[in-house]
Amino acid sequence: MIEIKNVAKTYKSADGDFTAIRNINLTVEDGDIFGIIGLSGAGKSTLVRCINLLEVPTEGDVLIDGQSMLSLSHKELLAARKKIGMIFQGFNLLSQRTALGNVCFPMELAGVPRKDAVKRARELLQIVDLGSKENSYPSQLSGGQKQRVAIARALATDPKVLLCDEATSALDPKTTRDILALIRDINKRTGITVVVITHDMKVIEEICTKVAILDGGVVAESGSVEEVFSSPKTEAGRRLVYPDGIPFEMLPNSRVIRVVFNGGTAYQPLIASLAIDCGVKVNILGADTRSIDGKAFGTMLLGLPESESEATRALAYIAAQKDITVEEVRDYRG
Amino acid sequence: MVEALTNFFEDLGMRKIPEQLEFLLTPENIPFAIWETLYAPLLATVLAYVIGLPLGILLVTGEQNGIRPLPRPLMQVLNTVINLLRSIPFLILMVLVMPLSRLILGTSVGTMATVVPLTVAAAPYVARLVEGSLREMDRGVIEAAQAMGCSPWQIVTKVILPECKPSLITGATNAAITVLGYGAMAGAIGGGGLGAIALMRGYNRGQTLVLYVAVIILVILVQIIQSVGTALAVKTDKRIQKTNSKKEKRK
Repeated sequence: MIEIKNVAKTYKSADGDFTAIRNINLTVEDGDIFGIIGLSGAGKSTLVRCINLLEVPTEGDVLIDGQSMLSLSHKELLAARKKIGMIFQGFNLLSQRTALGNVCFPMELAGVPRKDAVKRARELLQIVDLGSKENSYPSQLSGGQKQRVAIARALATDPKVLLCDEATSALDPKTTRDILALIRDINKRTGITVVVITHDMKVIEEICTKVAILDGGVVAESGSVEEVFSSPKTEAGRRLVYPDGIPFEMLPNSRVIRVVFNGGTAYQPLIASLAIDCGVKVNILGADTRSIDGKAFGTMLLGLPESESEATRALAYIAAQKDITVEEVRDYRG
Repeated sequence: MVEALTNFFEDLGMRKIPEQLEFLLTPENIPFAIWETLYAPLLATVLAYVIGLPLGILLVTGEQNGIRPLPRPLMQVLNTVINLLRSIPFLILMVLVMPLSRLILGTSVGTMATVVPLTVAAAPYVARLVEGSLREMDRGVIEAAQAMGCSPWQIVTKVILPECKPSLITGATNAAITVLGYGAMAGAIGGGGLGAIALMRGYNRGQTLVLYVAVIILVILVQIIQSVGTALAVKTDKRIQKTNSKKEKRK
């Protein structure tokens, strides 16, 4: 379990102090795939580096399995880091070592005998589906392959935690899905706790069980992915969950509502039945479906008719449906 | 044959050809000069690396945001000393370190004695070369190593130096050639070698032919060192995809 307690990080510089993150309180349970999402500059990378103390928090503490990271001696910290794997956007492989050499590297540091290390590295390369590339140098591998080597390397010392810092941001959509599937698979097989940093909603949808939205250095919202995605409570949450909405100024003058289908029933013919049952015609301004953990989540932006009575009737009808939440959109901006 | 050569060069307007030919054609003269030209500078280059490599590493790792920050004043002193040594012209430095040569080697003249000023001149240069190589290092890779629990010492020995090897080899080639160039001035304090011959015989005594020959051999030596260095750097650099180009050729 990772407990992030009241963590803050302030950078001191000549032109004044800059607080990257503050008041961060998060708990990541064992076996979770925990997503931390935010736009650039939200402090995600700083936050994830506070977990393995690549960045030392200026306030608060980080506890891993109850052990305070900040109270560790330098030596103990180096040992603790061996139990926390990390992968990066830029892969960060050793360019002068082969794939096998890269995977052996952390075991070399840990003093694993060469023969055992090579054996384990071969196994790991098999797991990430790169068994045939063990003698290739990073320059001979594609981005996805490099990230697979990095994952194998991160797993070499049997860590309990895997930190992924924008690990798929440099990859194309197909490769991204493959890498995410691999991470999910490893999580299922080994029960490793995964912390995923990303700016991409799709990554969260694809693999995370819990999510925290970081905005301006603070946690705006956190909870299960279902919860946060079906009804984001904050402006930052809405900005991320409904990124492609049309600008507020362009909405019609009549009332606009957002309808969210909370799993399972995304395909019920709501609009058709609304027209038939109530005789109200609504205008679909936007729609989107996401699949989270196997369940379908749909959102729809509807323009209600100008007539107040028709609008009220439609609203009441929709609100009465099962598994659907509805809210009026006033402050929504895409 | 000597006569023919004499006529040929005298037709070109050169003078005192017979005595020059006698010097050049005496079997041991030129090989010995080449040996003297090489051993002092190469020995000095090696010694300069013994001093300059750790210094160059410290210049990078000891920075405030380096992997093992050192006190700021210490870094400033280090930088200033290196700049100071680098700004003294070699000819002056050679004279300045004479007492040091006498202290270490018991003499301040002769080819061996030039090793001391050459080392003193090259060490700060090497430190800067090494610094430059290490600065090319991708910070992300260092961060990854830190995340794996690498100690600063392990980062230097297992990550930075192996990753920078090609660039360090290129730097060492540069250093060797530069020191070879300095070594040519060593004639001024009684050192031997091609530089001394070019200066003493070629220039001072007007033996133009000897001057040319000495310079041409120097050029060839530099070419050889450069080619070997470049080949070595390319060979060790795994970022360059050699296997692919070979395969393509076979097709």
